[in-house]
Amino acid sequence: MDSSVKIINEWDIVAARQLGRNVAKELGFGTVDQARITTAISELARNIYLYAGQGEITIEKVENGAKKGLTIISCDEGPGIPDLRKVMEDGFSTSGGLGAGLPGVKRLMDEFSIESTPGEGTLIKSVKWLR
Amino acid sequence: MNMRIPILKLHDCLLISIQWELDDQTALQFQEDLLHKIHETSARGVVIDFTSIDFIDSFIAKVLGDVISMSKLMGAKVVITGIQPAVAITLIELGIRLEEVMTALDLEKGLEKLQRELGD
Repeated sequence: MDSSVKIINEWDIVAARQLGRNVAKELGFGTVDQARITTAISELARNIYLYAGQGEITIEKVENGAKKGLTIISCDEGPGIPDLRKVMEDGFSTSGGLGAGLPGVKRLMDEFSIESTPGEGTLIKSVKWLR
Repeated sequence: MNMRIPILKLHDCLLISIQWELDDQTALQFQEDLLHKIHETSARGVVIDFTSIDFIDSFIAKVLGDVISMSKLMGAKVVITGIQPAVAITLIELGIRLEEVMTALDLEKGLEKLQRELGD
């Protein structure tokens, strides 16, 4: 079961994190991991809203052998990120301190990957495994 | 659906208990409401309780940090209380440090701390 939320305005950020929290609860994540997942979604959705204008957050349940987890996919067709290494540095921001940035999201989740093409958009996938 | 967070006055303090998940607009409205209320009531202390809140993202943290600095400019001290373990863990992992902020475990201890700070 996959579900997604289109991010167009600030209310969609709330909808995306509620969806993520519900799926995390369903999968049996504890309160700390639920907070990590909810926060990561909030940051990714806000990045879409601030930088790309619009995009989509998709929440997927994943299984890898005996492991179960949750994947957050953040996808937009915004301007893209010209220097990926730079945005993965702590404290780098182009929006005057809004958003803790991608390093924070990476720390909250277990796996993190990013693809971005200037002028075409950004795709971020991150996974949290159930312990 | 713009909900406003109630701000209660108790002697020279203001009490706020955040009871539901904050969206951006509610957080910004709260910032403005609190500053007006400090001005209106000449409050010297503010306690903001987060017991019911299960996550704080960087935006809410920024609004919160800002409103604490703004209150200070107006002569009011702010204590935040009731931060849940999951919230403390995610805020630090996210890389957000609210280091200059007065905190207490719960509302009761927060009010005690504030009374001591205000010296009465």
